[in-house]
Amino acid sequence: MSAHVTLAVALRVLRQLRHDPRTIALALGVPCMLMLILQQLFGRNSPVFQQVGTPLLGLFPFVTMFLVTSITMLRERTSGTLERLMTTPLHKVDLLAGYGIAFALLAVVQAILVSALAFGLLGLEVAGPKWLVVALAVANAVLGSTLGLFVSAFAQTEFQAVQFMPAVVFPQILLCGLFVAREEMATWLRVISAFLPLTYAYDALARTADDRLDARFAFDVAVVCACIVLAVALGAATLRRRTE
Amino acid sequence: MTAPAIRIEDLRVVRGGVMVLPGLSCEVSAGSVTGLLGPSGSGKSTLMRAIVGVQKVAGGSVMVLGHPAGSAAQRTRVGYMTQAPSVYGDLTVRENLVFFGGVLGQPKEMVERVLAEVALHEHGTRLVSSLSGGERARVSLAAALLGEPRLLVLDEPTVGLDPVLRRDLWELFHRLALQGATLLVSSHVMDEADRCDALLLLREGRLLAQATPSELRARTGEGDLDAAFLRLVEAGA
Repeated sequence: MSAHVTLAVALRVLRQLRHDPRTIALALGVPCMLMLILQQLFGRNSPVFQQVGTPLLGLFPFVTMFLVTSITMLRERTSGTLERLMTTPLHKVDLLAGYGIAFALLAVVQAILVSALAFGLLGLEVAGPKWLVVALAVANAVLGSTLGLFVSAFAQTEFQAVQFMPAVVFPQILLCGLFVAREEMATWLRVISAFLPLTYAYDALARTADDRLDARFAFDVAVVCACIVLAVALGAATLRRRTE
Repeated sequence: MTAPAIRIEDLRVVRGGVMVLPGLSCEVSAGSVTGLLGPSGSGKSTLMRAIVGVQKVAGGSVMVLGHPAGSAAQRTRVGYMTQAPSVYGDLTVRENLVFFGGVLGQPKEMVERVLAEVALHEHGTRLVSSLSGGERARVSLAAALLGEPRLLVLDEPTVGLDPVLRRDLWELFHRLALQGATLLVSSHVMDEADRCDALLLLREGRLLAQATPSELRARTGEGDLDAAFLRLVEAGA
């Protein structure tokens, strides 16, 4: 692994984004729009908006970056650029880290923008530190990126890659505790949810919202970080120098 | 005679259950421009992929510049141009080359040099997706030239180019060979064969002949290389 190669990859991904202002506008604008709809739907001081707002804020980047990364990586695989890169000194981890850095930067902007809107204009309240919400959002973005990289190996077309979003992301959102508290779930669902990274990402955000930064919070963050490392390892395993 | 740049022994490759290369042996001499010729589907790209070390192989050995193909030592010394232009359509020409140069640890001046070599220096700020097929292929070629590789493996680099540009590129290939590089250039049109120092003729994964253009003419008694190729196919059948 080398710093200058990782940096070259990150800069390249950012340059690609810069040539695609519509994607940037969508990545930044859509979460703001959804947050506004949520607040208008339930009302500024409603318990639903206050309860759901912060976790959603922190989970948006996960969804966006999952999609963007899986498509970008799929393109890299199908266009031959990955094959070319595999003949160069580039290490697989350079590629994964480069992607991670680039999309984490986009996530920083996204999270700051949505936070400013939600905490500033929409009256969302959070008992814990606001910067922690942003930090968790960025961690979730990196998690989404790394998972997206991994699943892109199983898609042959962009149609398939897009379908992985509902397949991989939706069940996690449904089971993470946002809609039904995990204690109230059927046992088998609760068992499954214990193995899904978003469950821990959600719990960390919910605890930040209530300012319950206890041992369980630390455990949640540790699990999310471990999942990032695991997804990078799995992603690296799908990048083969030699293919058939 | 110096050691060959590429030495392949009994290379076997299976793709999708089909034996694409059923045991191929050949050599490419250092400092030469060697043409890899054969109809489409003859295994040219597979052989090239094996040489640059991205092809899964079923058996045999591929030695490149004294090292096994694909080993870490050769990754800065081998330039590879895939058949479909493998560059980013959503970046400009220069941004593409700055990226690939960055991966190879090359200075920015190198980018300007290779741009001039493929006659794209006036198109540096254009998005690759807005270029013609031939221009895109030249961006891809330029990326392979970055880092002054000792071996260049070029998969159909002159397809779809106008004759003037094609001639210029072949001149570039010979200039690079004079500077000590080895070039393996594939083509499915025989009229490029005369521009090569040596030829590898491939058909259905088997080597029909390894010879210089003049040897090929002498052996087959045909003046025209297309006819010589046909003669070899018929003799082998």
